[in-house]
Amino acid sequence: MRRGCSILGSDLILFGLFAAVAVMGSLAVIGQKNPIYSVLALILSFFGLSGLYVLLEAPFVAVVQIIIYAGAIMVLFLFVVMLLNVPREDAAEWDRTHPYYRPAPAVLGSALAAATLGLLAWAFSRTPGLGAGVADARPAASSVGQLGRVLFTDYMFAFEVTSILILIAMVGAVALARKREQ
Amino acid sequence: MSGVLDWLTMPQTIFFLAVTGVVFLALQVSAAVFVYAERKVAAFMQQRYGPYLVGPKGLLQPIADIVKLVFKEELRPKAADGLLFAAAPVISAIAAFAAFAPVPFGASTTFFGLLPEPMPLQVADINVAVLVIFAITSMGVYGIVLAGWASNSKYSLLGGLRSSAQMISYELAYGMSLATICMIAGSLSLREIVDAQAGYYFGVIPKWNVFVLFPTGFIAFLVFGTAGVAETNRAPFDFPEAEQELVAGYHTEYSSMKFALFFLAEYINMVTAAAVTTNLFLGGWHGPLIPEAYGWIWFLIKLFVLCFVYLWLRWTLPRFRYDQLMAFGWKLLLPLATINLLVSAAGVLYFGL
Repeated sequence: MRRGCSILGSDLILFGLFAAVAVMGSLAVIGQKNPIYSVLALILSFFGLSGLYVLLEAPFVAVVQIIIYAGAIMVLFLFVVMLLNVPREDAAEWDRTHPYYRPAPAVLGSALAAATLGLLAWAFSRTPGLGAGVADARPAASSVGQLGRVLFTDYMFAFEVTSILILIAMVGAVALARKREQ
Repeated sequence: MSGVLDWLTMPQTIFFLAVTGVVFLALQVSAAVFVYAERKVAAFMQQRYGPYLVGPKGLLQPIADIVKLVFKEELRPKAADGLLFAAAPVISAIAAFAAFAPVPFGASTTFFGLLPEPMPLQVADINVAVLVIFAITSMGVYGIVLAGWASNSKYSLLGGLRSSAQMISYELAYGMSLATICMIAGSLSLREIVDAQAGYYFGVIPKWNVFVLFPTGFIAFLVFGTAGVAETNRAPFDFPEAEQELVAGYHTEYSSMKFALFFLAEYINMVTAAAVTTNLFLGGWHGPLIPEAYGWIWFLIKLFVLCFVYLWLRWTLPRFRYDQLMAFGWKLLLPLATINLLVSAAGVLYFGL
């Protein structure tokens, strides 16, 4: 897996490529008028993220990202968009009603964005070892076995609580979708 | 620049490129052969002759088919979404080809001493190969769904929707039986899983995963095979293209090479499913009589047998009803696969495999 990188001289080019795919994909999600294209752009963005995981030497996370998000969840998204036949956004309507064209939400939005950027910059400035290469910052759990061991020992509580949360959501969805008895 | 040239002329690189090229071509040829085999086997089962006019015994029929498809007029419905209509068959074909990349088909070989170190007969040796195949296969559904949507035809849309529902339902049982085998083998690498299947129990029964922890291995094999047929949209699970109800399903509006790409993808998916089943359950390239260096012969034999079973199923079993298909997947296969996973987990703990 690393052989390909060494030809290019560094991981930097690949990182730039995958990061660009991820960012452009996410931008395309909100930039599209057609919801189907938004879903597809999101899938593309997930592929970019997955590539970044591979560069971080976490192939398992990369593949799981594709299987769960791109493979299962997005198929359901697409399914719902197609089944409801969600129409294209009407450009004229969008121009008239979108919050972007009103002053108060625009100011609030800009302030929030500035705050987020500031917070990110502050976090980065305080994180040690950002300049080090990927290989030095090797993640603790790179193989499936290690990952499982960590999940079921150190993070046991969080893991089990998450699974119960998902179970509750599933039961709730079934209860909501069930036909009402007359 | 010289670094790239050195890398390109290394024996390993040449071997790697050769293997990639051979796999790429072999998959295409296998699709053509599969079409011919399908028509001949169907004819045999229905007591007909099948294709016999083009070439001896109709052997050149695939070539005639391809020529015909190339020269067909390319049609596109007026209201279709142009970009996605063109992209859908390409997505299907790319996913089909890419899914074969992590599949090993032979033991490591020095290729008659031409290579300084043994190289595996495989395009990409990935340590999470099983999951990669699973991920790429699940990408194939987008081709079908988008084809159904982009055609802007009710039959296509229904075919696409059915396909996505079907694939999601059967992926669960598929994944559960995969997990069973990965757990028993203790690895997610297909090469390691195959290597764990070398040798014999009591000197007679091969140590294949079909026979491991009997009957859990066998149940996993059945579930995996059934879900595999459903994943590749083959009869008796060929709902996305149920002719009587949906004209031709998701590819109703397609013609010429775009249509051909869908069929190429379908047949390559079958070959990949058979190859993965061979590696996971039938011992891959391990078998009696043939030395390990020529193990790919065993691999091909097993592959052919499984492909024949695919054809056999299609021309023997009638299609399920749609609600039966869903009930079968969710109420029978998934619980069976889950219980099987738990039982084999207990078995692995007890016998300390």
